[in-house]
Amino acid sequence: MIVAVASGKGGTGKTTVSASLASVWPSPLVAVDLDVEAPNLHLFLNPEISVQEPSYIEIPEIDDDRCTRCRACTDICQFKAIGIFGDVVMTFPEMCHGCGACWTICPEKAITSGKRELGQILIGRSGQTKFIMGRLRVGEAMSPPLIRNVKRHLNNGNGYADRDVIIDAPPGVSCPVINAVMDADVIVLVTEPTPFGLFDLALAQKAFAPLGKPMGVIINRADIGTRDVYDHCQQTGLTILAEIPFQRDIAEAYAQGQIIVDTIPALRPLFETLVARIKTLYDHQRPCKEVRYA
Amino acid sequence: MEKIAISSEGPGLDNHVDPRFGRAAGFVVVDPETMAFEYVDNGASQVMAQGAGIQAAEIVAATGARVLLTGFVGPKAFQALSAAGITIGQNVDNLTVREAVKRFQAGDVPVAEAPNRRGRRA
Repeated sequence: MIVAVASGKGGTGKTTVSASLASVWPSPLVAVDLDVEAPNLHLFLNPEISVQEPSYIEIPEIDDDRCTRCRACTDICQFKAIGIFGDVVMTFPEMCHGCGACWTICPEKAITSGKRELGQILIGRSGQTKFIMGRLRVGEAMSPPLIRNVKRHLNNGNGYADRDVIIDAPPGVSCPVINAVMDADVIVLVTEPTPFGLFDLALAQKAFAPLGKPMGVIINRADIGTRDVYDHCQQTGLTILAEIPFQRDIAEAYAQGQIIVDTIPALRPLFETLVARIKTLYDHQRPCKEVRYA
Repeated sequence: MEKIAISSEGPGLDNHVDPRFGRAAGFVVVDPETMAFEYVDNGASQVMAQGAGIQAAEIVAATGARVLLTGFVGPKAFQALSAAGITIGQNVDNLTVREAVKRFQAGDVPVAEAPNRRGRRA
């Protein structure tokens, strides 16, 4: 089972939940941090990193002598990573999404594939839990290619196949998080009972609904704000999987880089129930009520 | 004399200069001796998610213009226009296309050494 912990709104508690889930998870697990623009799961799991390797995307390199300026490449490129200005052909490597259309279409075979570093992939383990994370290179604008490269490690016969997976997803509702959750079996949405939490929860629900995955909600800081998030969940058929109280000791443990369920034993039943409810969602494979496109 | 391309909000000499380069409505390309001109639409660049400046630079280069007058040029467009050997006069704003040409001819538009706009995130 692959469980993706996502949110829409940032700062609702994705990593707090992911770390505690990893701690109480009853079977062999891989914890994956796909929030590659600002990874922080490692700060809680403190993994021993055994492999750190750069990750690349393929980009065009043009042989200026072979190029006839026919424009086939620049016409097919959807991202203007190749431009022809008068007689000058130029590439803009940072614009390239790595699709390979240019070197496939070039009739002169004047384009070969070079590479641009996307960032680093770090692999290790935290106790019995295996751990993988991506860290985007500072200055790199595109995170989805790195997210996909990190996920590729899960399928590379590294002994992950018989383990469950918890994905700490990036916030938002755009390409990075879609790439992070699209292979998940269950999506867990962490929110808070505030107008911001509700607004972004609804966005995330709309964004993920077409994927047809079972979804449930965790309400963090559950005793602040209003009942609007609860009403929304009831109206749209979203299961509330857990409510995490707004407590000073939780905030203190988090701020010190501790896994809250380890530091505060009273939270253990809450997270064990959460695991059971996630498994129920998975077993029933009941995609939540389809939300129409906005 | 070398043709001048001016980013423009409309198709004629009396339209206003569009201060945006990449997402300008279009370019008026003027022969400054005769003031004969043609208009090249840039509508396709306006709707691009990314690379509008690069596409606009391709369009300007294809017109054969050797000078570009506009408001703001970002780093990639600047790199592309420079590579194509096009002289860039920037910070041109609040003028008609005709006035911009006159001002350039009078030597009152400094030639840009560097882009004056930060690039958009890809």
